[in-house]
Amino acid sequence: MEKGFLLPDLEDVDSRGFWDGCAQGELRVQRCTSCGQLRIPPRPMCPGCRSIESDWKAVCGRGRIWSFVVAHPPLLPAYAEFAPYPVVTVELEEDAALRLVGNLVHSAEGAINEVDPDSIEIGEAVRVVFTQVEDVHLPRWVRDS
Amino acid sequence: MSDSIRDRTAIVGIGQTRFGDKGLPDTELSLACQAISLAIDDAGVLPSEVDGLCMFSMEGGREVEVARNVGLGEVTFFCEVGYGGGAGCGTVGHAAMAVATGQCEVAVAWRARKRADKKSRVWSQASARLSDYTQWSRPAGMLRPVDEIATLMRRYMHEYGATRDHLANVALAFRAHANRNPEATMYERTMSREQYMQARWISEPLCLFDNCLETDGALAVVITSAERAADLPHDPVFVHAYAQGLPTQHQTMSNFFCEDPLRGPSFACAQRLWANSDLRPDDISCAQIYDAFSPLIPLSLEGYGFCARGEGAAFTEGGALEWPDGKLPMNTSGGGLSEAYVHGFNLVLEGVRQMRGTSTSQVEGASSCLVTSGEAVPTSALILRN
Repeated sequence: MEKGFLLPDLEDVDSRGFWDGCAQGELRVQRCTSCGQLRIPPRPMCPGCRSIESDWKAVCGRGRIWSFVVAHPPLLPAYAEFAPYPVVTVELEEDAALRLVGNLVHSAEGAINEVDPDSIEIGEAVRVVFTQVEDVHLPRWVRDS
Repeated sequence: MSDSIRDRTAIVGIGQTRFGDKGLPDTELSLACQAISLAIDDAGVLPSEVDGLCMFSMEGGREVEVARNVGLGEVTFFCEVGYGGGAGCGTVGHAAMAVATGQCEVAVAWRARKRADKKSRVWSQASARLSDYTQWSRPAGMLRPVDEIATLMRRYMHEYGATRDHLANVALAFRAHANRNPEATMYERTMSREQYMQARWISEPLCLFDNCLETDGALAVVITSAERAADLPHDPVFVHAYAQGLPTQHQTMSNFFCEDPLRGPSFACAQRLWANSDLRPDDISCAQIYDAFSPLIPLSLEGYGFCARGEGAAFTEGGALEWPDGKLPMNTSGGGLSEAYVHGFNLVLEGVRQMRGTSTSQVEGASSCLVTSGEAVPTSALILRN
């Protein structure tokens, strides 16, 4: 049903650890092993201390909706069949400046258009679920109530 | 500051092709050469005198081809400015710096763009596997620039109580200006607030009329020293100040991965711009503000200091952006929303026309004009004066 979705390159050297975590059911952010600063999207150097050493820290997977849109055509064909669908930007509980873009669903198996956009509010509490699309496990969000 | 470029160079020629919202047969290179040729003639200089070239990194026609076609002589300065719509004022600013520092004497800056064909849209050409920053948004169906700007606007509305009426203020003001400009794509098409409100959604909370046009066309300007400008046919339009802006922890377009996403590149650009100027925002006669999407107007009004954080939407009330009586007549040729979207370079030419006194919505006694390039990408801005 999600054939043709745009997906990350799982061999990307900077972000591979994030996507590996998703495949294991774990939401991770990059952590500087020198100063401890968390960062996402991942990148080679810590902007706080310029260390190139980092590891991956599992986060709790909870956050709040920072903003959202409802996408209508024109869209790529794979997405157009779900339109209109909401796309949420979530701020993570560990640090509100750590944000991820994803879909709000009722369950990991749900379609990206299954939540009524009119019911969505900024500030809503959400938690992560993982949905496999081809060989990628995409983090998605369900209401955390 | 003795080595400032302030008022040391001037725009002395402008040229533009016709605009095609249904497509033009010409290639980007041909359009670029046509616009440059017109600008050179308007400036009253010879092609052989042009020794500086400044263009967008995204240009289809390269410097070598432009020089071979237009019949330029020996070019001693050429540069490219990146980040799409953020580049326009940057190309003019780089040209001004090059002229002011003696790297060239007569420079041309331009943009040619063919986007009327739906297949030419960058977002629709995404490859199947993403290894750049788009992997953090595209998989969820945040596919297009409009989705990224709509995300910022929804948050802006939530934080500051802005409404669609504020965005309509922007779209309707620029449309009314286009209705006075025979060159504008929307010259013959008026728009009411009701039509705006009933337009189809593209990415809620943004509708069709919050989006710029997609246009085939090209525009160019000629820049030379203030001394040389004094001998040329047109009254010089001085490059009074110029700056670029790339703010802390910025991410192009999807600027959600930083502390304060609503504080965009215009804030960084504005600090340097005003520091390099004798003028303050209150002194500016009119403005040409980059409007790929209507929300960029309130964000830019805040960034360039015309109002405080959170007040950009309210600034648009009471006809503030409308010619002739608004407190800051804006995008007086119709802008990207209603004249043409040539990556904002048409805004540079309208700034020049305002300073020459030849706009179709001429601000009486205009003595300075702020021109900006893309907000939400690494950007640039100019203050022009006459």
